[in-house]
Amino acid sequence: MTKEIRLMKGNEAMAEAAILAGVDAYFGYPITPQSEIIEYLMSANTAERTGMQVLQAESEIASINMVYGAAGCGKRALTSSSSPGISLKMEGISYLAGAELPCVIVNVVRAGPGLATIQPSQSDYFQAVKGGGHGDYKLIVLAPSTVQESVDFMRLAFDLAFRYRNPVMILTDGIIGQMMEKVELFEQQPRLSEAPEWATRGKKPGEKSTVVTSLHLESEDMEQVNLRLQAKYREVEKNEVRFESYRCEDAEVLFVAFGSSARIARKAMDLARMKGIRAGLLRPITLYPFPVDEVRRLAGQVSGMLTVEMNAGQMVEDVRLAVNGRTPVEHFGRFGGMIPGPDETLKALESRLEEWHKKQPAQAE
Amino acid sequence: MAEQSIISPENLVYKKTEVMTDRELHYCPGCGHGTAHRMLAEAIDELGIQSETIGVAPVGCSVLAYYYLNVDMQEAAHGRAPAVATGIKRVLPEKYVFTYQGDGDLAAIGTSETIHACNRGENILIVFINNGIYGMTGGQMAPTTLPGMKSSTCPMGRDVKTMGNPLKITELVAQLPGTYYVTRQSVHTPGNARKARRAMKKALEYQKENKGTCLVEVVSNCPSGWKMNPVDSNKWMEENMFPFYPLGDIKVPGKGLVNGGKDGR
Amino acid sequence: MAAKGDIIIDIERCKGCQVCLDACPKDVLEMSKKVNAKGYQYTVKVNSDCTGCANCAIVCPDAVIKVYRVK
Repeated sequence: MTKEIRLMKGNEAMAEAAILAGVDAYFGYPITPQSEIIEYLMSANTAERTGMQVLQAESEIASINMVYGAAGCGKRALTSSSSPGISLKMEGISYLAGAELPCVIVNVVRAGPGLATIQPSQSDYFQAVKGGGHGDYKLIVLAPSTVQESVDFMRLAFDLAFRYRNPVMILTDGIIGQMMEKVELFEQQPRLSEAPEWATRGKKPGEKSTVVTSLHLESEDMEQVNLRLQAKYREVEKNEVRFESYRCEDAEVLFVAFGSSARIARKAMDLARMKGIRAGLLRPITLYPFPVDEVRRLAGQVSGMLTVEMNAGQMVEDVRLAVNGRTPVEHFGRFGGMIPGPDETLKALESRLEEWHKKQPAQAE
Repeated sequence: MAEQSIISPENLVYKKTEVMTDRELHYCPGCGHGTAHRMLAEAIDELGIQSETIGVAPVGCSVLAYYYLNVDMQEAAHGRAPAVATGIKRVLPEKYVFTYQGDGDLAAIGTSETIHACNRGENILIVFINNGIYGMTGGQMAPTTLPGMKSSTCPMGRDVKTMGNPLKITELVAQLPGTYYVTRQSVHTPGNARKARRAMKKALEYQKENKGTCLVEVVSNCPSGWKMNPVDSNKWMEENMFPFYPLGDIKVPGKGLVNGGKDGR
Repeated sequence: MAAKGDIIIDIERCKGCQVCLDACPKDVLEMSKKVNAKGYQYTVKVNSDCTGCANCAIVCPDAVIKVYRVK
């Protein structure tokens, strides 16, 4: 059987992937640069194709709470938004994490803070990987760097969400959301037919009622809930780290970049190689769990690391934590919707090489 | 001649419904929440839909409603119950879905979710407990606090010039085409409680027919927040709350707004 | 002659709110002199005029009253 290859915009590809992944319900609210997701779903005749429910809510707050309601029934529920809208969803996301409900949230990031601009950015990294809402919780965060990954991660995100009963965020940006690339779609997955035992589906006679809640008034109970969540996050950290390495084997300097800036960093890496600089690129795919071990391992090999981010320096903090002082870690970024070019990225690397070599001369071959 | 006891199973005519759990209610003495819970539970019981019902609890005094209502339930964030109920109903349209919300939850922080769920005509029942005060946080002013009524955040009485007017959200949602049956009840007397139960039962029956949103307001008391004993609080409610929030149907099937929707009489 | 109605009050769950007193058409109920384990005075039946109308049980916020009636 020949696989179907289509040319699709990132946002539309994610929407199609949601239908194919057997998602039960999408609740959203328009915001640039991701409105194509709900527009696509609204015109895709999902009710007939799979029975998927699609609803435009009155706000981001309402839509994430609709996700809560549907997820609490054991259904695959999806929402999407962009940065200011994700801020509004944070209350609901904290409740979803607290009630241990699976769901997927797409954030097609635009620049901030505030209303800022609709241009692409990666400035929601902290919000995504550190929690964002109140309380000790984590989201599993997947960062696609291609339209193909945007498609593949939709299915992966729901698998992870249900495996760990935890919200999963697909953290992408206006570049990947808006650009068109070739994609290979996966086959239609069935919608869930069985309800998990934790889901509210109507109390069975003779059985105890099921309650979905994040409320535990006794501190002793709440501590136990927190301990259970932390144990789950340790499992996630053990099992779900994903990253991609480009020419790291012989690298003496390393770019670390995710999502669309990883594409730019990769080009800069190629340019560096042409100039005889042995550069490599580590691309974290899961931003939480962060590839701590791989960064730590590479810290023993390279003379310096440069994160390339479309923000003022966010992931660089996690890289520094992993490196723990063993090698210099610096940040290069453009923000406010500006996109760094490969040339300026290479320059940013070159400007640091002398100092890095002084500190820790790279081993001669 | 000694009296013969009539206490035997065949003579039992009233006991707590199985749709209530055996847990002791945490509510203050005389609080209407317990009775309102039970009237809803009895309506569910009479329809035989316990296993087909999913409820949504609010934030407020009744945040633990799921301790007492013996049906599957979800706990919503403050004010978001109608959105959570929408999510449930959209993926399980064959189930009966209700929210149980207080005035702060429904008519202040959750106004948007309330109005839009009603405006979409979500096939859910909204049970709205209006006692004109924030009970759980210790008696602060609510959106429904009466003009001149005292609370911890309007200790001199609500001054509508600076604090705004009480919100008659029930009349407001009755105006929306999405609502099908909107009524205002109370549970402080046997007659009123029975009427409230009938209203909730009717609302659930309409839900089966996918008629749109039904809202049953229960004007209730808050002895602790109002700083009165329970009996006095009920009297005060009759004398002060009912003139402002008159009991009765506001929107009824087939007739639409009763008395122009201006009040419930 | 046997009474027409009767009630059983779960006095340990009664919070002494007295809402049932007003609801009773036959003045069957009064408050106890003693208190229960929670420290509340509780409702007690003081005569045999109960008709089993269930009014007291319906308005009891804590559902502490069971009602019996000869049918």
